[in-house]
Amino acid sequence: MDTRSILIVGVGGQGTLLASRVLGSLFVDLGYDVKISEVHGMAQRGGSVVTHVRYGTKVFSPLVEPGTADILLAFEKMEALRWIHFLKEQGRAIINSQEIEPMSVIMGAYEYPKDLEDKIRKVCPGAVLFDALAVAKELGNIKVANMVLIGVLARLLDIAPQMWEKAIKTVVPPKTLEINLRAFHRGYNWI
Amino acid sequence: MKRLMLGNEAIARGAYEAGVRVATAYPGTPSTEITEFAAKYDEIYAEWSPNEKVALEVAIGASFAGARAMVAMKHVGLNVAADPLFTVSYTGVNAGLVIVVADDPGMHSSQNEQDSRYYARASQVPMLEPADSQEALDFVKLAFELSEKYDTPVLIRLTTRVAHSQSIVTLGQRAHVPLKEYKKLPDKNVMMPAMARKRHVEVERRMKALAEAANDLWINRVEMGDTSIGIIASGITYQYAKEALPNASFLKLGMINPLPRRLIESFASKVRKLCVLEELEPVLEEQIKSWGIPVIGKEIFPVQGELSANMILEKIAGKAPDVRPAQDLPPRPPVMCPGCPHRGIYYVMKKLRLHATGDIGCYTLGALPPLEAIDTCVCMGASVGMAHGMEKARGKDFSRRLVAVIGDSTFIHSGITGLIDIVYNQGASTVVILDNSTTGMTGHQDHPGTGRTIKGEAVPPLNLVNLIKAIGIEHVRVVDPFDLEEVEKVLKEETQREEPSVVIAQRPCALLSKEMKAPLSIDEDICRLCGVCLRLGCPAIEKKPDGMHINQALCNGCGLCIKVCKFGAIRRAGE
Ligand SMILES: Cc1ncc(C[n+]2csc(CCOP(=O)(O)OP(=O)(O)O)c2C)c(N)n1
Ligand code: SF4
Repeated sequence: MDTRSILIVGVGGQGTLLASRVLGSLFVDLGYDVKISEVHGMAQRGGSVVTHVRYGTKVFSPLVEPGTADILLAFEKMEALRWIHFLKEQGRAIINSQEIEPMSVIMGAYEYPKDLEDKIRKVCPGAVLFDALAVAKELGNIKVANMVLIGVLARLLDIAPQMWEKAIKTVVPPKTLEINLRAFHRGYNWI
Repeated sequence: MKRLMLGNEAIARGAYEAGVRVATAYPGTPSTEITEFAAKYDEIYAEWSPNEKVALEVAIGASFAGARAMVAMKHVGLNVAADPLFTVSYTGVNAGLVIVVADDPGMHSSQNEQDSRYYARASQVPMLEPADSQEALDFVKLAFELSEKYDTPVLIRLTTRVAHSQSIVTLGQRAHVPLKEYKKLPDKNVMMPAMARKRHVEVERRMKALAEAANDLWINRVEMGDTSIGIIASGITYQYAKEALPNASFLKLGMINPLPRRLIESFASKVRKLCVLEELEPVLEEQIKSWGIPVIGKEIFPVQGELSANMILEKIAGKAPDVRPAQDLPPRPPVMCPGCPHRGIYYVMKKLRLHATGDIGCYTLGALPPLEAIDTCVCMGASVGMAHGMEKARGKDFSRRLVAVIGDSTFIHSGITGLIDIVYNQGASTVVILDNSTTGMTGHQDHPGTGRTIKGEAVPPLNLVNLIKAIGIEHVRVVDPFDLEEVEKVLKEETQREEPSVVIAQRPCALLSKEMKAPLSIDEDICRLCGVCLRLGCPAIEKKPDGMHINQALCNGCGLCIKVCKFGAIRRAGE
């Protein structure tokens, strides 16, 4: 199989690392060659973060390059637009509509853009854009917003949900497994 | 068994399988996880050393004593460890000694993008460069064999994208490598001029032998394809090039010092156009050109930053990938966390309009608006010496408005000697140690002041106050950085003093404690929109069109903003 690329973006502290761990475990189980790249070791929260996930029969570069991503999974709305040019022509996007203001906006040097959705749709008309944080709140734990997003991703990727469940089980601690699985299924049935 | 593994973890695994007994390091992105993973193996003694020079010296001691030893650091760490490096190149080893150095092209988390391959050349030490996690594991094992066979330390170079990428590895068993006999060998291990002169001859002999062996070493491999273009690459650039030009011919170098000249000449003769792909400096290119081989390199590729598959495709094949332009958006650099203890000190320093020589750590982020609290950042430990230099250049009046700001881990790494200098040479600087009980920047590693080792054992913590007093500083004050009034009073008093002084601001990093206090909120009816809370630079406090607002998902409830709001508009939920 040709190499496929998923770009996961968000703001430090939002749980993007967990998402990439689930994907890594899943693709290894499915027998693919996998490479995942992320810059570790910035302790502080709040910066723009990105994880590159690539899988296929044989993967060379661990990096997703502009114009080559099959899927963009964005944990924050402005970050979605920041990275959207990484999508290829027919690429798909799954976007959490949560807004987090960067310091440059808080200080008034910039404005948080208002027309993000329009700009996103201009590039990717079929983008799935929804409030994953609200879904997570409803489930009773805002931390599982990432798992809701993974659920939507699972639906797009056409890989049996049982395989995803297995991957989630290997990655999340047993204590939070139940709520994570519920969050996953809410996402899976979102579209 | 197959596993998905981070490049850094694979280095640690390689060390384990190679029978390593001692692994040392000082943390530094992107190398930190190597030693964190090494510490998980019961068979390996691992330590955080106070700095890279000590880390290398401990590893040298272990090697001389007969145990295989590995030391890891980031590229700038090798500057600190350069002194022992250049001479251990002369002594050689007893048991194998491997030095892992992680470069950071593109400066994801560094203050410069120096190319450590120059160190391999300058110190006459062989260097290997893996391209993925499997190679990271295999090359460490090979490095130990080469180290012992050729009686030399061996450098392994990583770059961020190899260190911090996961790929699939096959695990092996730990080799049983007994301790080698310890012998007293002054001709080899005591580098005085008479002995060192002889050893230098050995160094040259060894590098010649290695250069010859490199022609047949399995990690230098030719993959013939389309012969119209031949590519020489190592490490991550090999992966980018394979991605961009899968059909080209490749000479993939696993050993990048010394170079296999015969192999390169033979490869060059088989392809029509030869291109060398390397990030940062033209280290390979200049050597290859010096042999009279025409090669394309830095005339089309940059010396700054990282290469990429898209760039290689464009510059070599002339096929510019069709990419939409990036959007122009507000930047989002990292910021100090909500609840960060550094924020209190900086708020007061800004209020007092102090100048500050800064240092490296999370607190370097205080250079950015709105706090803009530090004036400089050069290298670890520099703040202390630089404050002293500023005082000597501009006089004591200037020094009364100046402090040096340094983290606890950085102070232990290389601030202590600067402080000794201030005392010895009668300076009057004030040094502020931001003691957050951890090495924050690199992901919360322990250090001699935290009272815990890398393996989690409790040990007596280094007593900073006693240490500083012993150095000869009489005025040492300990403050809570969130006690703003006290901080202001102490900073005023200490900067006015005619003698040197140290202020230790003690409060743990906000991420060390798992328990979160209830988030705060702003009472709109009381808030007068003065904006003073925004001056803290806390990412949780936002200015919305309808007024100030605290982001409940980000706030950690530290309460610093309650102290700066003059109107009492900020409250904790439920109070
Ligand atoms: C010579 C060298 N080694 C390592 C690093 C990586 N590094 C940057 S800051 C830092 C330590 C920061 O710890 P500390 O001084 O306690 O400040 P904190 O981040 O906790 O605020 C390290 C290890 C470096 N920049 N230079
Ligand atoms: S990791 Fe700790 S020291 Fe660093 S910015 Fe966050 S709270 Fe501050």
